[in-house]
Amino acid sequence: MTNRQLLLGPLSKNNAILVQILGICSALAVTAKMEPALVMGISVTAVTALSSVILSFMRDIIPTRVRIIVQLVIVSMLVIIIDQLLKAFAYDVSKQLSVFVGLIITNCIIMGRIEAFALANKPWPSLLDGIGNGLGYAIVLLVVAFFRELLGSGTLFGIPVIPGILYQWGYANNGLMILPPAALILVGIVIWIHRARNKDLIEQQ
Amino acid sequence: MNKESNTYTFLFSVVMVLVVAVVLTLVSTGLHPLQNANVENEKRQNILSSVKINVTRDESKSAFDTYITRQLVVNSRGEEIAGDAFAIDLAREMKKAPADRSLPVFIARVDGATKYIFPARGAGLWGPLWGYISLNDDKNTIFGAVFDHKSETPGLGAEITREEFSSRFDGKKIFDGDRLVAIRVEKGGKATCLHEVDAISGGTITSKGVEAMLRDNLTCYESFLRQPAP
Repeated sequence: MTNRQLLLGPLSKNNAILVQILGICSALAVTAKMEPALVMGISVTAVTALSSVILSFMRDIIPTRVRIIVQLVIVSMLVIIIDQLLKAFAYDVSKQLSVFVGLIITNCIIMGRIEAFALANKPWPSLLDGIGNGLGYAIVLLVVAFFRELLGSGTLFGIPVIPGILYQWGYANNGLMILPPAALILVGIVIWIHRARNKDLIEQQ
Repeated sequence: MNKESNTYTFLFSVVMVLVVAVVLTLVSTGLHPLQNANVENEKRQNILSSVKINVTRDESKSAFDTYITRQLVVNSRGEEIAGDAFAIDLAREMKKAPADRSLPVFIARVDGATKYIFPARGAGLWGPLWGYISLNDDKNTIFGAVFDHKSETPGLGAEITREEFSSRFDGKKIFDGDRLVAIRVEKGGKATCLHEVDAISGGTITSKGVEAMLRDNLTCYESFLRQPAP
């Protein structure tokens, strides 16, 4: 694979959420509003990219028998650093994300990319692969959050966008959109549209 | 050295853990002052919003100095004792025996009137609840209240943070005649008297937690509340 494919592939045809169906849990949890979704996307991208690079540098000195534990330690370290940075510089967002920042560690995309790619490749391709997969995750989160916040709260990034006159005519925000099941339905719809546009992803009968 | 030998694996783990520990210690120590400032400013913001002064977190420090005229620490007999009211960790005080507690009181001056602000701390369905309640200078009528929680269910118990709920406390009275009754949080729109407010539908345990929190905390201040205002 070329470097370009490594970076751009995960954005669409090799997307972690849409094609590999990884990282669904956090996609359901943090997509009720755009802002936490954006911060979560950036955080996961930073963690995947940095952990892939660090572990790729270390790939020749890690004893095979303890490699999963080494991966966990490095990923946890990065996640704790991000959590601390958010608490210091983006306090409101860190309160909203609360436990989900800590749960980045359990995001299957990160460990998946390290195990499948970074441990067998040089640092530069590993960095691109990490960034690509993180961004692919962030894009899906933002798409889902866009519809959930727009239809559920009538706002985008906390700014009201539905004109007040619509509410006077009887329009109401859809409370279902705020709840996790709506995220599951939306992710399903996104996967459906994505597959309909990329016919080569559909399995042969 | 053989990469797969036990000695190598052991040494590798020890070195890795040490390096990671040092990095995390540096990050944590370096960022601690900034994080602390955020937490303190949020506390100031909460105290101010109990007397209906809404400011951003960044403005809260200067606004706090403007409106809060006095901070004092009292004991359970209502006597003033030495201490820094702002720094008191109420969760820790509530674990002590009632006679040993140091209880913070904030006195604010809003539009020319004196307001007494009392912190409260209790438990909801999933985790701790806390809040601030402000009384008029009769030490009986509630001027405002603000509540927050750690992990109540969004849409149900978590609704206690909304003004829609906290404003139900405005104007209620905590003394019924000579008895300290605090405020009962009642289900089903039955709240009619001056000592009751409506609970949150679907958030009964959290609502009852708010009720217990107010009762327990205001009881600690009972002696102080019974003293005539100066």
